[in-house]
Amino acid sequence: MSDISSANSFSIDGQRIAFTPGQTILEAALAAGVYIPHLCHHPELTPHGSCKLCTVVVNGRNGSACTQKAMPGIEVENNSPALNDRRRVLLQMLFVEGNHFCPGCEKSGNCQLQALAYDLEMLTPHFRHAFPARPVDTTHPDVWLDLNRCVMCELCVRASRDLDGKSVFMLAGRGAESRIVVNSPSGLLGDSELSIDDRAAHVCPVGAILPKRVGYAVPIGQRQFDAAPISRQVDYLARRHIPIVPVTEELVK
Amino acid sequence: MPTVFVSTELANLIEPILLRHRARPDRLVQILREVQEVADFISDETAAWLAERLRISYAQVKSTRDFYAFFYRENRGRYRILFSDNITDRMAGNQALFEHMLKRLRLEPGKVSDDGLVSVDYTSCTGMCDQGPAILVNNRTITRMTPRRVDEICDLVRGKVPLSQWPAEFFVVEDNIHRADMLLGTPHEPGKAVHAAIARGRDGMLGEMKLSNLRGRGGAGFTTAVKWDACRNANGDTRYIVCNADEGEPGTFKDRVLLQSYAGRVFEGMAIAAYVVGASQGFLYLRGEYLYLLPQLEAYLAGMRSAGLLGRSIGGVAGFDFDIEIHLGAGAYVCGEETALIESLEGKAGRPRVRPPFPVTSGYMGQPTVVNNVETLSKVTEIAIHGGAWYEAIGTKQSTGTKILSVSGDCERPGLYEYAFGVRIAQVLEDCGAQEAIAVQISGASGVCLSEREFGRRIAFEDVPTAGSFMIFGKQRDMFEVARNFSHFFAHESCGFCTPCRVGTSLLKNIMDKIADGRGTQYEMNELLRLQQVLKPGSHCGLGQTAGNAVADTVQKFRPAYERRLAETDFVPAFDLDAALARARELTGRDDAAAHLGEEA
Amino acid sequence: MNAPLTPRKLRVATASLSGCFGCHMSFLDIDERLLELAALVDFDRSPITDIKHCSQRCDVALVEGGVCNAENVHVLRELRANSKMVVALGACAVNGGLPAQRNHLDVGQCLQQVYRTPDGSTAIPNDPELPLLLDKVYPINEIVRVDYFLPGCPPSGDTIWKFMTDLLTGRTPRIEHPLLKFD
Repeated sequence: MSDISSANSFSIDGQRIAFTPGQTILEAALAAGVYIPHLCHHPELTPHGSCKLCTVVVNGRNGSACTQKAMPGIEVENNSPALNDRRRVLLQMLFVEGNHFCPGCEKSGNCQLQALAYDLEMLTPHFRHAFPARPVDTTHPDVWLDLNRCVMCELCVRASRDLDGKSVFMLAGRGAESRIVVNSPSGLLGDSELSIDDRAAHVCPVGAILPKRVGYAVPIGQRQFDAAPISRQVDYLARRHIPIVPVTEELVK
Repeated sequence: MPTVFVSTELANLIEPILLRHRARPDRLVQILREVQEVADFISDETAAWLAERLRISYAQVKSTRDFYAFFYRENRGRYRILFSDNITDRMAGNQALFEHMLKRLRLEPGKVSDDGLVSVDYTSCTGMCDQGPAILVNNRTITRMTPRRVDEICDLVRGKVPLSQWPAEFFVVEDNIHRADMLLGTPHEPGKAVHAAIARGRDGMLGEMKLSNLRGRGGAGFTTAVKWDACRNANGDTRYIVCNADEGEPGTFKDRVLLQSYAGRVFEGMAIAAYVVGASQGFLYLRGEYLYLLPQLEAYLAGMRSAGLLGRSIGGVAGFDFDIEIHLGAGAYVCGEETALIESLEGKAGRPRVRPPFPVTSGYMGQPTVVNNVETLSKVTEIAIHGGAWYEAIGTKQSTGTKILSVSGDCERPGLYEYAFGVRIAQVLEDCGAQEAIAVQISGASGVCLSEREFGRRIAFEDVPTAGSFMIFGKQRDMFEVARNFSHFFAHESCGFCTPCRVGTSLLKNIMDKIADGRGTQYEMNELLRLQQVLKPGSHCGLGQTAGNAVADTVQKFRPAYERRLAETDFVPAFDLDAALARARELTGRDDAAAHLGEEA
Repeated sequence: MNAPLTPRKLRVATASLSGCFGCHMSFLDIDERLLELAALVDFDRSPITDIKHCSQRCDVALVEGGVCNAENVHVLRELRANSKMVVALGACAVNGGLPAQRNHLDVGQCLQQVYRTPDGSTAIPNDPELPLLLDKVYPINEIVRVDYFLPGCPPSGDTIWKFMTDLLTGRTPRIEHPLLKFD
C-alpha cells in the first residue's frame, strides 16, 4: 500500500481515499473500492449528474459525486441512513414515472435500476403510478427500443454522440413530458443510423434498448446482480466496458 | 441534396429568416420563434427542413422546439390566446374570464377551433401582476381583462381582424411606479454613466464596484464585482456580457418597467461591464412574454449606436468595442437560471449545466461570460456616476443600495416601490395600502411565505432576501390555493433533467390536487414533507430546490387551510372508483348495483 | 400497563385479487415449515381454508394480485376493514404487475378486442354476476392503506417464510439479497 498523503486524499464516511487530480469523487471512490450508488454514470462516458442517486454531502453541502471533483481534505458523507432514504425515494420516483414490469423484462438481473432498488431494500414504488402510454419501437432489425423502461439517464445519448459519433438519441420535451427521441425522419429507430455494433446499442442500464434475438441467453439467476448485491461489485462498476463486440455474436457462441 | 421539402409558400416565408440569422444553428431558438410568427406553428416537416438547412440533426430541432412552451408542433390557430395564470391573475378573476372566452368561442382549453382559427389556454405568470388579469395573443400582451374586453376580443377573432389592427388601448402597459428612490427617481442622461466609467478607467471602475458592494438583484445576491473580476481574469478569446431579462418569477415585473422606461440605464450598465471585463459582445435575453418591448428596445440600441455609445471605440477609447443583441425566450421559466439561459442563447433547450465551471470562466460558447440581472446592471450606472463609497452608504451593511419591489395582490396601489435595503415588510404594506394582509409571498413562487407575525422583518440579503416579487394576500384568501397554484407552476416549468425535480414536482402537484379534491388525509400531509425532503437538497438547480418551499411554508404557517380539506379516514384513493367503472358500464350496458362502487364508509 | 403479551395465535387471512395464484402457490412452497407456521397462526378467510368472508377480526391479511375490477375492490376493502395489517404479497399487489400492462390501453377497446366473434361483431358479456372491469389495474396501495410490501413474481417460499417469521416475532420484516426479487 502506498502512503496516502493529505495532499492527494479526502475522506468518505471517515475513510481516507486517495485520488489523482482531475478525478471526480465517484471515480476516486470506486477506484478505492468504496461504493456510491449511481445510475447515469458510466466510466467510459462524460459525467452527467442527472439521476441524483450519487448525491453526497461534501463539507456540509449536497452535490453529485459523479460531477464534483475530488479535492484534498474534503469530507464526504455517503453511506448514511438519511442519504440512503433519499436515494430510495429517487428510485421510487423512477419506478412510478415509467412502466417497469420486472417479471416480463429481459434485463431483469442485469438491470442497474433493479439492482439499486434491491440494494437499498426498496420494497414498493410507494407513489401513485403514472402508467404513461409510451411506444415500443421494433422497427430496427437488431435492436428493440422500449421507452416504457427509460429512466432518462442519457447514457445512450452520450454514447451515440461521443463514442459512436452519430447522435442517434436525444432528450426532448420538458418536465414530465421529457422523452428520448430518435434522430431519423420518421422518428423510428429502424430509419436511424444506429447499428448493432454501436456502443449506444449496449449502454442502456435498464431494459429500454435491447439487442434482438438474444432473449434469456443467460438464465435468470446467473446474471450480473444475482451473484452479489451491486454495492459489493465496486470493481465491476469501476472497470466495466460497454461491449464493443456485438452481444449477439458473443452469446451465439 | 435536400431530402425534405416544405411548400414553396412556406419556404419563401422562412428563407429571409434563415438569411437574417446566417443559417447559424446557435440561433435556433430565435429562428424557431420567427418561423412560428410567420407559419403559426412548427410542424415535423418544417422542423426536418430546418434541420437540413441549418445542418443539424432533426432530433436537435425537435429537442429545442418541444422544450419551449411557446413553440407548437401542431396548429394552435392563427390566434393563440394564453391567459396568465399566476395566483394574482386568479385573484383578479382570470378563471371566469377564461371560461367566458371558451364559451363564446365554443372551444375546449388548449384545443384549436374546428376551423383552425383560434385556441385558448393558460400560461405561467406573464409579469403583468399589477394590471392583470393579463393575456397574450400571439405573444403580444393585453392587460386589464374584463368580460367586456373578452367579448371584444372574441368579435375581433371571429372577424379575423389582424392583430395589428386591434385597438391600441388593449396593449397599453403602465409602469405604475408608486415609490421612486435613487434609481427610479433620477432622470437618465444618456452617455453620462459610460463616460464617467471611462474617466475612472477599467481598474478604477472595478475598484468602485468593489467599494459599492453591489450584490446581484436576481435573487442569489452574488457580489457583482467578484463576478466581473473573475471573468476579466479568466482565460478566453472573447468575453460576453449577458443581461438576464428572463423575468419569469411569478409576481415579478420590475425588469419590465426598467426595460420599458429606463432601457438606457440597463444598456449603459452592460457597456460599463463590457468596458471593465473587456467584453466585445452583449446579449439581452428577453423573456418571450415581453415581446412587446422588442421594437422600442431595438430602436433604443440603434440610437445608442449613432450616439457612439455602442459600436467601435466607444467614447473614443481605442479597443472599447461593444455591441448588444437581443435574444428572446419562448416560455421557459428555467431559463432564468444563468446556465440554462446560456444554453438557450446557444439555440438549445434550456437545461441548466453542471456547475462548476461557472459562466465567468466558461459561459456562452465556452467563453468567459458575465450574467447579470437587469436591475443589477441599472445600478452600475449610479456607481459609475457617484462612486462606490456613495453607493455603499445607502441601505444596510450587507445589502447596499436600493431595491425595487414588484408589489401585487391585495392592496390599493399595486406597482413598483423602490426602497433602501432594510425596509420592513409592514412599511411596504402600509405604503401600498394593504390593510388586511394575512400573508406576503416574497421573491415569488420560489421564495418565502411570511405570515402576519413576520411583518416586522426586513427586506435585505441578511434577513428576507428577494428578487423583487412581493405578492400580498388578504384575509379572504385561501393560502392552500396559493401553494397549489405554485405547485402547478413548478410542475409545468421543471426542465426534466434531474430525477427529483422532473418526477417530484409532478408528484407534489398531484398530492395538492388530491387534497383539493377532498381526498387527502394525514398520509398526504406527510407525503408533502417527504417530497420536500428530496426536492430541496437533491435537485440539480434552484428550480427544484425551491419548488416545495411554498407548500412547506404554508403547511407550517397555514396548516388549518390544509386540514379543513382532509378526509377523516386514514386513506382515500386519489380517484373516483365509481367513475373508473364508467367505461365498462358503457360497453356492457349495465347499471345494476354491482356495476357501481361507493366511497367506503 | 406493562403486562406481557399473552402468546396467542395470529389470525391470518389471504386472498388473490387480479393475480395468478402464484403467490399462494409460493406460500405453500414453504413446505414442511407450514407445520411450524400452523402452530403460530390460524387461517381465516383464505382460498386455503375456503372460508369466504372474514369470520372475525384478523391480525394479518396477505393480499395477492392487483385491483382490476369491482369485486377486487370489495374483497380488498373487507380485508382492510377486518385486519390490523395488510400486506401486499407479490408484484401484482405491489405495482399492478403484468396485468397492469394493459393500463395504457382503453379498457373499452380491450373488451371489444377480446370479445370479438368470428363474424366480426362483438359480444361483450353483461351478466351482473361478472365483476365489471376498472379502467386500469391498480396496485392495492392506491385503493387502501397498506402496511407492508413483499415484492416478487412470486416471492419465493424462503422469502415469504422470512417475512412471516419476522412479522410473527415482532420484527420489522427485512428482505435483502438474495431474497429480495422483483421477478
